[in-house]
Amino acid sequence: MSNNIVLNILRFLGLIIVQLYVFNNMNIFGYINPLPYVLFVIVFPFSANRSLYLFLAFLTGLTLDMFGNSGGIHAAACLFVAFSRPVVTRFVYGVSYEYNAVKLSKGTFYERVLFILILVVIHHLVFFSLEVFNIASILYILKKALITSVGTALFCVLFSILFSGRSE
Amino acid sequence: MQQIINFLIRYKNALLFLFLLLISLVFTVQSHSYHRSKFINSANFLSGGVYESVGGVQDYFKLKTYNEQLLEENARLRERIQRAKTTVPSSEDSLSMLSNIYKDSISQFEFIPAKVINNSYAKVDNFLTIKGGRREGIQKDMGVITSKGIVGVIDKVSGKYSTVLSVLNTNFTTNAQLQDTDHYGQLQWDGRNPNLAQLIDMQQQAPVAVGDTIETSGRSAIFPKGIPIGTVQDFKLDQSKNFFLITVKLINDMTNLGHVYVIENNDLEEIKAIEAASINEQ
Repeated sequence: MSNNIVLNILRFLGLIIVQLYVFNNMNIFGYINPLPYVLFVIVFPFSANRSLYLFLAFLTGLTLDMFGNSGGIHAAACLFVAFSRPVVTRFVYGVSYEYNAVKLSKGTFYERVLFILILVVIHHLVFFSLEVFNIASILYILKKALITSVGTALFCVLFSILFSGRSE
Repeated sequence: MQQIINFLIRYKNALLFLFLLLISLVFTVQSHSYHRSKFINSANFLSGGVYESVGGVQDYFKLKTYNEQLLEENARLRERIQRAKTTVPSSEDSLSMLSNIYKDSISQFEFIPAKVINNSYAKVDNFLTIKGGRREGIQKDMGVITSKGIVGVIDKVSGKYSTVLSVLNTNFTTNAQLQDTDHYGQLQWDGRNPNLAQLIDMQQQAPVAVGDTIETSGRSAIFPKGIPIGTVQDFKLDQSKNFFLITVKLINDMTNLGHVYVIENNDLEEIKAIEAASINEQ
């Protein structure tokens, strides 16, 4: 159990540092700024207390907001991911979710990509809606959210492949 | 009573979600209105320190660019000194008069050097974090420039760090004018291209041409007159057909900033006091 906590703290610090030092300075095609830190919220232990999970997701986002001077947009986006994860899990993994034994590395590759992609799209839709904060630019928001989602999901899948399996 | 408690226990996660969402939305709305975000910003010891440690590494890679910028600025200043020397009249009377004028105009504005430790340009509302805060005499609402031109306005200040509201921020606005005439307008940014800003409300009579230099107008107490902003890339009449909508190519490459100057206006309190007095009389 304590091993699990240490692992999550390390993952939190690692992803935040990589986000701040590497991905915030990245501007692919002058357009895409991937936000792979959201992987922390996506792969947070499924068996954890739900209130704790919501609160930690909020704090993760707020940390990014503090570094980026962005008010509360990361926090709100992470909160949406945390709140909608059970629904997405049921949708992607189906019945095995009922046994509370879902692990990202246990499903098929296709399931893992789909799961990450859906949650990343949710995060980015909320994120860019709040960042632009103007209903008239809805097409711009959608375009930016979808294109950035592809970039973020790509890095998230890469990270999850790189760092999973070691514990088994 | 029992039912209320049951309800709370049953929906505690949904309620927690709504509560936290409310908090983040309040922060978000505050961040979208100028100078309202009170709680979460990067002018604190934690994020300032983290950014500073990265900035130290990045500095080594940019040393060449910084040197070139300094050489360029030195050359420009030397040229200005030469020009000033040749225009000084020989008469002692006018000399002392001139030096008095020069002294006055110098002492109104002071420049505090600072180093950029974090810079964003890809978002809709961009901020910079600079090393230098209350200890260096930096305060809220001071202007920030590079040796080339305008960068932004100081937003939040802590002991050692400050955040700068960048030109690339939809909340940023300042007065700008044509270099040759005194026609002026409002400089804004639409949140799209980090090289282009928009100048609105420029009188239709103004003789605008592509390539003209746009500079600060000195109508606010933040920037002195004549700091370059950029050049006219494109212009057209707006919907009312009375004003120009000008696309300005920024003179600074906002994606590559190293060292900046913070402008301290020594007459700020006097200006504020007299403005407040005239508003009160109305």
